[in-house]
Amino acid sequence: MRAMVYRGPYKVRVEEKDKPRIEHPNDAIVRVTRAAICGSDLHLYHGMMPDTRVGMTFGHEFIGVVDEVGSSVQNLKPGDRVMVPFNVYCGSCYFCARGLYSNCHNVNPNATAVGGIYGYSHTCGGYDGGQAEYVRVPFADVGPSVIPDWLDEDDALLMTDALATGYFGAQLGEITEGDTVVVLGAGPVGLFAAASSWLMGAARVIVIDHLDYRLEKARTFAHAEVINFAEQDDIVVTVKKTTDYLGADVVIDAVGAEADGNFLQHVTSAKLKLQGGSPIALNWAIDAARKGGTISVMGAYGPMFSAVKFGDAMNKGLTLRMNQCPVKRQWPRLLEHIRDGYLRPREIITHRIPLEHIAEGYHLFSAKLDGCIKPVIVPSA
Amino acid sequence: MPYTPDQPPTASPEELRARIPGWGVDLDPADRPAVPKERFAPDEAGAHWHFPERQEERWPRERSIEHAQLTPVFGTSCPPKGLSGVIRKHAYRTYSEGRAAHWLLLLGADRVDAWESHLRSFFTTRPDNPITQTGLRAEFTGHGLASRLGRNRADLNHQWLDPIIVGGPWIAAGGVVVSVVRRARRRRARRAATVEG
Repeated sequence: MRAMVYRGPYKVRVEEKDKPRIEHPNDAIVRVTRAAICGSDLHLYHGMMPDTRVGMTFGHEFIGVVDEVGSSVQNLKPGDRVMVPFNVYCGSCYFCARGLYSNCHNVNPNATAVGGIYGYSHTCGGYDGGQAEYVRVPFADVGPSVIPDWLDEDDALLMTDALATGYFGAQLGEITEGDTVVVLGAGPVGLFAAASSWLMGAARVIVIDHLDYRLEKARTFAHAEVINFAEQDDIVVTVKKTTDYLGADVVIDAVGAEADGNFLQHVTSAKLKLQGGSPIALNWAIDAARKGGTISVMGAYGPMFSAVKFGDAMNKGLTLRMNQCPVKRQWPRLLEHIRDGYLRPREIITHRIPLEHIAEGYHLFSAKLDGCIKPVIVPSA
Repeated sequence: MPYTPDQPPTASPEELRARIPGWGVDLDPADRPAVPKERFAPDEAGAHWHFPERQEERWPRERSIEHAQLTPVFGTSCPPKGLSGVIRKHAYRTYSEGRAAHWLLLLGADRVDAWESHLRSFFTTRPDNPITQTGLRAEFTGHGLASRLGRNRADLNHQWLDPIIVGGPWIAAGGVVVSVVRRARRRRARRAATVEG
């Protein structure tokens, strides 16, 4: 089969690989019909995530058609169209039994601090991902769901991570009626977090980024106020001024490890790999939140330490909430919101790229060229 | 202002509902899908086992020493190999996830892995090509200049480092190869001159 393959930092190509095989009775093999490149894939692409091996296939956002199932699979059969959460999880460990599907303890031998994620390094379990023609899906009775007939395939694709994570991030903010919510980052997850914040009763939603084309999307797609931090002397003071010097009730970090805005922090983390991630967005969140406010983090960071301003967080009495999204917990509600027209995920897709051109797709997304917000990979194109 | 007890004025729910489709449909915090954070419901996930069957371990699978046992299911992409494999196995065997040494060794192994793989690729029919694999063509098809020029982009202050990170080691390696070849030629010429003399 044809598959995207990592060849070292900033380098990927398409190779012929063995088709994945059933390795466990509850496995399924899925023929991928659509995949996406996620902002967090760029952390792998840039060589930031420890134990990212040359030869691995990335891709944790994908949908497809079941090609083959293991002997114990009861809920799926070949031919079913399925969407697959980015979490690999067993459904039965201590954590899964309590709904923490993204923190499963039975799928990742390489680390206990993070669960299993498709195509996301050996630190997240060593599973090949969906930027390929076929992918192995463990625990087929637990993770994947049949795509409802009425659901658009692009919407289904975005349910597998970006939409679910954005909506989850708004929940982590514990938004109450009348809150002012600041969202750092106008990428796909930030856009969905901003749109979701209204559903939970926010009175103001302010999106901050440095890319004008993404801020324009935040204004039109998520009805948000927008601020370009590159045009401000001090973004924290700008947020204080626009909130009558109170600060935001809720700040959502939808940026993560490669945040811009401070050359030293960015270079020491994204280029020199001396920090687990550039903590610029997180530090802005701490400083821009009001005392007693809440910070939600779904931006992805690496497992190493980062220079976070923890003293300010403590002194301000902030609540910090974070996790990888337990995707499938969000699905029933997200399906309702898509059907009712409150969330329109596919509107953020900007590029469709054949698998054979995946190297160009990664560069386009990484360098933020051509107004790229969300690139979708089509294996059979 | 926060110097008095008053809440800053905001738009009314009616105004917001009129402007934002679906405003407030998830207003009740208790009725959100991720609330409460932990809810004991072992039957909801779809598992029909108490503990999953074990996947076959086809090679000794490296694992964190914070795990009591190998997890029943695991990824099988890219088994450890070469010097990078030795470093990775050492990092897993020796240091917990709480130790910086664990992660620094794994990051170091990643760099070794990249060079081992580049070298190995030169002995195949498809050697690594840093031009095509970095997707540079997108600079032309994706309006590289227009996407950057005249824009207030905060990432432009470090993007110039990327070609150095990617191309630098290749140029350095090329320089080493050229100097080795030159030195060998010079030595051969000197030896030939000695024989003739």
